[in-house]
Amino acid sequence: MANAVASDRLTVTGNKDFQTEIEKLSGQNIASCYQCGECTAGCPVAYTADITPNQVTRLVQLGQADDVLKSSMIWLCVGCETCTTRCPRKVDLAKVMDALREVSVKRGIASGEPNVRTFHESFLSAVQRSGRVHEISMIGEYKLRSLDLFSDIFLGAKMFLKGKLAIMPSMIKNRDEMKKIFCTRKRS
Amino acid sequence: MKYAYYPGCSLHSTAKEYDMSTRAVFNELGIELQEIPDWNCCGATSGHAMSRELGLALPLRDLATAESMGMDVLAPCAACFARLKTADTTAKDDPALLQSITEQTGIKYGGGVEVLSVLKAFSAVGAEEIAAHVKKPLTGLKPACYYGCLLLRPPDVVQFDDAENPTSMDDVMKALGAEPVDWPHKTECCGASLALSKSDIVVKLTHDILAMAKKSGANCIVAACPLCQANLDTRQDQVEAKYGEKIGLPVLYVTQLMGMAFGLPISELGLNKLMISPDKVLAGI
Repeated sequence: MANAVASDRLTVTGNKDFQTEIEKLSGQNIASCYQCGECTAGCPVAYTADITPNQVTRLVQLGQADDVLKSSMIWLCVGCETCTTRCPRKVDLAKVMDALREVSVKRGIASGEPNVRTFHESFLSAVQRSGRVHEISMIGEYKLRSLDLFSDIFLGAKMFLKGKLAIMPSMIKNRDEMKKIFCTRKRS
Repeated sequence: MKYAYYPGCSLHSTAKEYDMSTRAVFNELGIELQEIPDWNCCGATSGHAMSRELGLALPLRDLATAESMGMDVLAPCAACFARLKTADTTAKDDPALLQSITEQTGIKYGGGVEVLSVLKAFSAVGAEEIAAHVKKPLTGLKPACYYGCLLLRPPDVVQFDDAENPTSMDDVMKALGAEPVDWPHKTECCGASLALSKSDIVVKLTHDILAMAKKSGANCIVAACPLCQANLDTRQDQVEAKYGEKIGLPVLYVTQLMGMAFGLPISELGLNKLMISPDKVLAGI
């Protein structure tokens, strides 16, 4: 069985279309990665992800789009740029992760970490609406969409009592410009 | 001396005390902060996580406004700083992409703005000048200076301090009379935007940072990022419960400690908004 999987994969190994697509969107030379593992050694979330950052680049090189795009790693990446800072081949892996997320959404692939994607969508919908983020509405939207209704309720209450959560949203005046700005996000 | 001031969303809400103390400290240093009119959110992590062009277009609108003011931009929030600085760098490095965004949005940015973090701005002021404003030295305070991710990384974009072993915040603390501890977690990640969606990861990462600060002999942590500050301060009781360790480290903004040392009115520094009270460690000052 293991051999069957391996030979399946060999049949697509020669396909560079996926690597080319990700290189173009991220502006990075993924072919130059020589698998030293420095990115994974410094990654704060690799310990809990399904594949490691160096496996992400290797799978892209091998054209294994599905394995990368459905992974939890691309969604757990928080953009701390440690990998980018330390890569001896100057691959900005944080930008590669951005490109992989964008492509996975465009292809309609279910997120390997649905709540992380829901958080990003809730955040951006707040920005699109008002030009700024109003935490209470944004968190409310995230909780309704993720159905993660009760976590951090006490923390939220404490922050509210400290005056850290504004009741009224702050809106920018020129919200028409936000519409144009959000048109730059191409979803297909 | 004037900067176009970009507070960003956090400084208007969860990090109000960072906004208050930044304004107070820059006022004391004789630097005028003029808020960018009608500024919009920089998109933070979510913008660039979901769309390269959206993640650039949002901060470019703010940069274009700052450019029309004819001033460099001060962005105290590390995440905002990173997005604005990245947009500025990309605009210069990739004119075709900038052109495409301009055509879609009408935003025209000529690349004439420098984006500064508070650390870069304080380094421009200089340790001697900062020390000259000190009325109440922070004697006995042993802060662990916590830089986090986005004040320094990626170094090709930020081009300031040392991305692996930074010292610019330590220099400010020394100028105030404090004795910053030497510790290895200055630039570890706190989990930042995963706070809501993967809080278990944030509790683990903040535990590692808090426990190391404690072990290194710190009696408080200093931050210059609202996400770092919030994760380290608000999750401390969860860290203590999960790991069975007493931490009890107040997490202050660099500007709050500067304000204290400058003898500015406490009411301008928002110390009461911190979850872990700093009263005990600041008692002798």
